[in-house]
Amino acid sequence: MKVLVPVKRVVDYNVKVRVKSDGTGVDIANVKMSMNPFDEIAVEEAVRLKEKGAVTEVIAVSCGVQQCQETLRTAMAIGADRAILVQCDDELQPLAVAKLLKALVDKEQPGLVILGKQAIDDDCNQTGQMLAALADLPQATFASKIEVADGHASVTREVDGGLETLKVKLPAVITTDLRLNEPRYVTLPNIMKAKKKQMDIVKPADLGVDVKSHLKTLKVSEPPKRGAGVKVADVAALVAKLKTEAKVI
Amino acid sequence: MAEINALVIAEHDNAGIRPATLNTITAAKQLGGAVTVLVAGSGAAAAASAAAAVAGVAKVLHADADIFAHGLAENVAAQVLALASGYSHFVFAATASGKNISPRVAAKLDVGQISDITKVISPDTFERPIYAGNAIATVQSLDALKVITVRTTGFDPAPATGGSATIETVQAVADSGKAQFVGAEIAKNDRPELTSAKIIVSGGRALGSSDKFNEILTPLADKLGAALGASRAAVDAGYAPNDWQVGQTGKIVAPQLYVAIGISGAIQHLAGMKDSKVIVAINKDEEAPIFSVADYGLVQDLFSAVPELVAKL
Repeated sequence: MKVLVPVKRVVDYNVKVRVKSDGTGVDIANVKMSMNPFDEIAVEEAVRLKEKGAVTEVIAVSCGVQQCQETLRTAMAIGADRAILVQCDDELQPLAVAKLLKALVDKEQPGLVILGKQAIDDDCNQTGQMLAALADLPQATFASKIEVADGHASVTREVDGGLETLKVKLPAVITTDLRLNEPRYVTLPNIMKAKKKQMDIVKPADLGVDVKSHLKTLKVSEPPKRGAGVKVADVAALVAKLKTEAKVI
Repeated sequence: MAEINALVIAEHDNAGIRPATLNTITAAKQLGGAVTVLVAGSGAAAAASAAAAVAGVAKVLHADADIFAHGLAENVAAQVLALASGYSHFVFAATASGKNISPRVAAKLDVGQISDITKVISPDTFERPIYAGNAIATVQSLDALKVITVRTTGFDPAPATGGSATIETVQAVADSGKAQFVGAEIAKNDRPELTSAKIIVSGGRALGSSDKFNEILTPLADKLGAALGASRAAVDAGYAPNDWQVGQTGKIVAPQLYVAIGISGAIQHLAGMKDSKVIVAINKDEEAPIFSVADYGLVQDLFSAVPELVAKL
C-alpha cells in the first residue's frame, strides 16, 4: 500500500512574522522557511507505518514554488521514498491544492493520504477535508493515534471535550494533530541519501487542474496590541483589584 | 447582489444546542439576510426546539436519523449539500466539529472556504487571523456561494430565547457507509465548557506534575466556578488532557477573566487567550512574556500564591 503525504513550505514556526508596512501581506523575504510542523508529523507517521510493515511506499508531495524541493528533500530525509513537486509560482489556496492532490490520488492510487490538519501560515484547516470530499473518500481529521489493519484505519481524534475513535475504510484521508508522534531528527547520512531519491516535477496544467483563487486578500494588518497592565505586590492586592477595579469576581 | 440567505449548521448534543452555535448565529445575522438553522441529529427534536427559540432565527430544518448520532463529517456534509439550493452562505462554528465538516461542503460546491472569521465587513468580505493571530487579513470571497467558519470569540452569543422559528422536518440523506464511529472518551465533569466559560484558570509547565496541577488549580477553579485550561507545554508533559489546551493549535478562548498560572506565555498560547477581558498572570519569573499581556501580574511562586488566593477569595 502506498501513502501519499502532502507537505507545505511555510515560515518557520520560531519566526515572529512582521506585517508589511503597505498592508499587502507579511514580510517573508530572508525569513527561514521550514516544513509545516503538522506535515512533519504526517511524514513521520507514514514512515513509521512503513517501518511496521503496513505500508510499502511513502510518497511526499508539495505544491508551490521551486524552493519546495528543499521541503521534499527533508521529507525524504525523514524516510519518504520519493517525491513529487507540483511547481507553480502563483498563490495556491486550499481548494486548488486539494484539486491537485486529487489528480495525484487518481494517478498514484494510494491507500492512505496523511497530511497536517492545518498550515501555520494561513491557518485554514481545509485541504485534507476538501481532498476527501473531491476524491469521495472517508476522512479522519485531527488524529492522535492511527492503526492500520484489514483494509481499515482506526483513528483516535482530538475533538472538543476529549477523544473519539473512528474506523474508516481505506483508501482514506487522515489529518494529523500535534500529539500523534514526535518527528525524528534527520541524520546527516539520511540527508545524503535523500539527495539521491527520485523527485518528479509536474505543472498544474499537466494534471489538468485550474488553480484560480477563490479568495482575494484586500489587506493585512497588525492585530490590536494589548498593553501590559500593572504588577501587584501580593495576593491581597490582586484580590482587591479584581473585586473593585476589574469587577470580575 | 443576489439575495442573502444564510444556513447555519447547528452544533448540538440532540438535547440542546451548544453555545458555539449562538455565536455563529450572531455572525450569520450580520450578513444581513434571513437565518435558517440546520439541526441534523438522532432524536434531536429538543435541539431543534432550542434552535427555534433563538432570537433572530427564521426557520429550523430538522433532519433526524441514526446516521447523525455521532456527527460524522461525510453524512452531515451530504445533508447540507442536499439542502443547499437557495442558500447563499453556509455558516459553521470554527470548532472541531465545524472545521471537520465545512471544507467538505465547500469543495463539493467548488468554492473557497473562509476559515475562522472574526468580523463581518460585508456579505462577501471578512476579517480573519493568520499566522497564529500575529496578523489580521481582510479577505473577499470571489465565489457566489460562501462557506464560512466563525471564530466564536469574535461574536457575542445570540439570545437563546425570544425567537419562534418554524421547524420544518426534512428528509435525511443515506449513510455514506465509509466511516464508522467506534467510541469516545469525553471527559465528564461539572465545570463549564472551556470555550464558553466566563472564568478560566489555566496552568503551565511550572506546576511540575499532573498531581500538582490538580492539587493546586482545582480548589481555585472550584472557588471561582471556572473552567480549567492548560498551556501546550503542560499538555505535552501530560499534566492536563489535550482538550484543555488553550492556544493557536488548541482552543481559542475569550472569557471575562483568564488566570494564567505558571504559564510563561509563548506566542502560540497568547494567540489563544489574548482577547480575554481581564488577564491575571501569576509567575515567579518576572521576565515571563505573559506579563506583557496581563492586566494584573503577580510575581510570586505559584505554590504559595495560589493557595493564598483561594483562602482570600
